Amino acid sequence: MRFRTVALSLTVVATLALAAWAGAADTPGVTATEVKIGHTNPYSGNASAYGTIGKVITAYFKKANEEGGVNGRKINFVTYDDAYSPPKTVEMVRKLVEQDQVAFVFNTLGTPTNSAIHKYMNQQKVPHLFLATGATKWGDPEHFPWTMGWQPTYQTEGKIYAQYILNNVPNAKVGILYQNDDYGKDYVKGLKDGLGDAAKKIIVMEQTYEATDATIDSQIVNLKNSGANVFYNVTIPKYAVQAIKKTHDIGWKPLHLLNNVSASVGQVMKPVGSDASRGILTTQYLKDPTDPQWKNDKGYQDWLAFMKKYYPEGNVEDAFNVYGYSAAQTMVQVLKQCGNDLSRESIMKQAASLKDFMLPMALPGIKVNTGPKDFYPIEQEQLAKFDGERWVLFGEVYDASKK
Amino acid sequence: MSAPSRPLALTVLLVLLAVTALLPFVLSNFRLFQFTQVFIYAIALLGLNMLTGYNGQISLGHGAFYALGAYTAAVMMDRWNVPFLLTVPAAGVLCLGAGFLFGIPALRLEGLYLALATFSLALAVPQILKYFEHWTGGSQGLVLTKPDAPLGLRLTPDQWLYFVSLAVLVFLMIVAWNLLRGRTGRALVAIRDHPIAAEAMGVNSALYKSLAFGVSAGYTGVAGALSAGAIAFVAPDAFNVFLSITFLVGIVIGGLASISGAILGALFIQFVPNWAQDISKAAPWAIYGVFLIVFMYTMPRGIAGTAQALWGRLARADVRSSPAKGGLL
Repeated sequence: MRFRTVALSLTVVATLALAAWAGAADTPGVTATEVKIGHTNPYSGNASAYGTIGKVITAYFKKANEEGGVNGRKINFVTYDDAYSPPKTVEMVRKLVEQDQVAFVFNTLGTPTNSAIHKYMNQQKVPHLFLATGATKWGDPEHFPWTMGWQPTYQTEGKIYAQYILNNVPNAKVGILYQNDDYGKDYVKGLKDGLGDAAKKIIVMEQTYEATDATIDSQIVNLKNSGANVFYNVTIPKYAVQAIKKTHDIGWKPLHLLNNVSASVGQVMKPVGSDASRGILTTQYLKDPTDPQWKNDKGYQDWLAFMKKYYPEGNVEDAFNVYGYSAAQTMVQVLKQCGNDLSRESIMKQAASLKDFMLPMALPGIKVNTGPKDFYPIEQEQLAKFDGERWVLFGEVYDASKK
Repeated sequence: MSAPSRPLALTVLLVLLAVTALLPFVLSNFRLFQFTQVFIYAIALLGLNMLTGYNGQISLGHGAFYALGAYTAAVMMDRWNVPFLLTVPAAGVLCLGAGFLFGIPALRLEGLYLALATFSLALAVPQILKYFEHWTGGSQGLVLTKPDAPLGLRLTPDQWLYFVSLAVLVFLMIVAWNLLRGRTGRALVAIRDHPIAAEAMGVNSALYKSLAFGVSAGYTGVAGALSAGAIAFVAPDAFNVFLSITFLVGIVIGGLASISGAILGALFIQFVPNWAQDISKAAPWAIYGVFLIVFMYTMPRGIAGTAQALWGRLARADVRSSPAKGGLL
C-alpha cells in the first residue's frame, strides 16, 4: 500500500515535470537552460558607427550569463550584420526566426531595415522588441501587436522643442533642415503638433536633404537668408557636423536645436570645435558618459566597471554604449518578469507590462512604462545645453505621455 | 564541347534540374528563400554577362536596372494591384527599352569610360527613386504583400516564388543559349575581340551593341521584379552602388562569357558573404576579400571556366584550345 502511494506520487511528479518541460520546449529557442535571442545591426557599411550597439549588448548579456542568467536560463544572443540594407535584414531575420529558431528578435537597428521585416514579424507572431529607431510607427499595438519600439519617438522630441520655443523665444522665426524620410518628417510633425496653430506663423522656412547628399551648405545659407532666429536641425551625425560648422562659418547665430540623434559628444560636438558648438540645445533621456556630474553616480560607476570588464575595447565616451546597455537591461527586466513562462505571448505581455522601471543610466526621474495600448516604453526627456565641453541639463523632465 | 560528351552533359543537366525541382519539398522555407535569391541573382548575372562577358562592354550600373525592375513590379502591385506574374514581363520590357536607349549614347564610350558612365547610373538611381516619392514611397520604400500561389496549388509563398524564379531562370537561359550560340552570339564576341575586323565583316556594331545593352538590362530588370516579390519590400537603400559591383564580382567569379557561370556566380554572391560572417564577425569583408583573391588565383577563368577545363580533361577533349571564350557550358 505504502509502496503504491509513493509510486503514484512519483508518477504524478514526473508527469508534471515532463509537462512543464514540454511546455517550456514549445517556444522555439527556449529550453530549460537557455533562451535564444536574435539581433541584426550594421557592423559594416555606411551606418557602421552603430555597430558598437550590437557589441555592447553582446557584452551585457555575457555579464548577465556570468551572474547566473535570467531565472536560471542563459541568454544565447545571435547577432548578424545587415549592413543597413533592407533585403539583407529580411534574409538575416528570416535566418534567425526560421533556421536559428530564436525565441524573439530584439533591438534590430534602423527605420528602413525594420520596415522591411515589420509585416513578416507580425505574420509569424514573433516578438519584435525594443527596436533601435525612434519612428512613431513602432507603437501601433492594434495593427502590429508583435512590434514595440524603445526610445522616445522623434515626434515626442519635436514636441519638447515646440514647448521650449513657445515659452522662451519671443518673436520666434524657425528655420528647419530635415532628412527627407520618415525620420525627418516625424521630427517636423512633432514640432508642428507642439506649436499648434502658431506653427504656420512661426516656421519661416523648411529645407530638406537626402541621406546620400555630399553637402548641405546651400540649405544652411538659404535658412540664414530666410531671417530665421531658431534653427531646428534634424540631421544624422555626418550632416550635423556639416550644419554646425557651416552655421558658424557664415556667422549665423540662431538658437540652435539639434536632434538627439546627433547629440553625441564624441562623434559630433567635439569634431566641430567648442566655438561652433557652444550654446546648442538638445534633449536627453540617458546619462551622458562624458558629463562629470555623474562621476560619483552609482549607475555611471556600474556602467564604467561593466565597460572595463566586458567590453574593454569599447569607447567610454560613446553614448551608443550607454544606449545598448540600457536597452539590454530593459530586455533582461522583461525576461525576469516572464518567470518561467517564456512563450511568445507571455514575452509580449510582459514587454507591455513594464511599470515605473528605472534604468540606472537613464536621467533621474525618467521611468520606463508600457501597457497593452502603450507601446512607447520611454516618453520622458529633459533639455540640455552644450557649454563647449559637455551637455548641461536644465529645466524639468518633460513627459510627452501626459499631454 | 566534343561530341561524345554531349549526351552525358544533357543527362547531368536533366538530373540537376530534377533535383532542383524536388528541393522545395525537402528544404525549409528559409533555405528556399535563399535559393530563390540565387536564381534571381543568376538571371541578373546572365544579363550582365551578355553585355560584359560576350560583348566586352563593362557596366558598373546594372544595379540601376535591377532597381528599375524592382520598382516597376512594386509600383504596379502596390498602386494598381496588378498580379505579380504580370509585373515580371512588364519590368523586363521596360528595362529592355531603358537599356536600349542608354546603350545608344553609350556607343561612343569604350572600356573604362563606359564603366564610369554606367557607374553614374548606379549612383543616381537611389536618389532619383527618392525624388518620385509619390510613386516610390521615398526612402521608406514600399512594403508589399508576398505573392501567394494561385488557387488550387498547395504551395507556400516561398515554394511558389522558388518555382516561378526557377522557371524564369530556365526559360531565360534557353533564350540566352539560342541567342548566343548562333549568328548574334558570334557577332557579339567578334565585336568584343576585334571591333574593326567585325565591322569589316559586315557586323552592324552599333546595332548589336545597343541591342546587347537592351537585352542585358531587360534580364536584369526581370531579376529585379522577381526580387521585389521575394523580399516583399523595396527601398532605395537596397540598390546602392555596392549591388552593381556585386553583380560584376558575380560574373567574373562565375566565369565571363559563360551561361552556367551565372548560376555559379550567383551562388558565390549569395552565400560567401554569409560564410565570411560566420568565420569572423569582426572583419567579414576582409574574409570575403581573401575568398575573392583565392578564387581569382586558383580559377582565373571563373568557376565555370575551371569546371569546363576539368570536364574537358575528363572527356579527353583537347584542353589546349581556349575553353572559356565563347564556350556555353
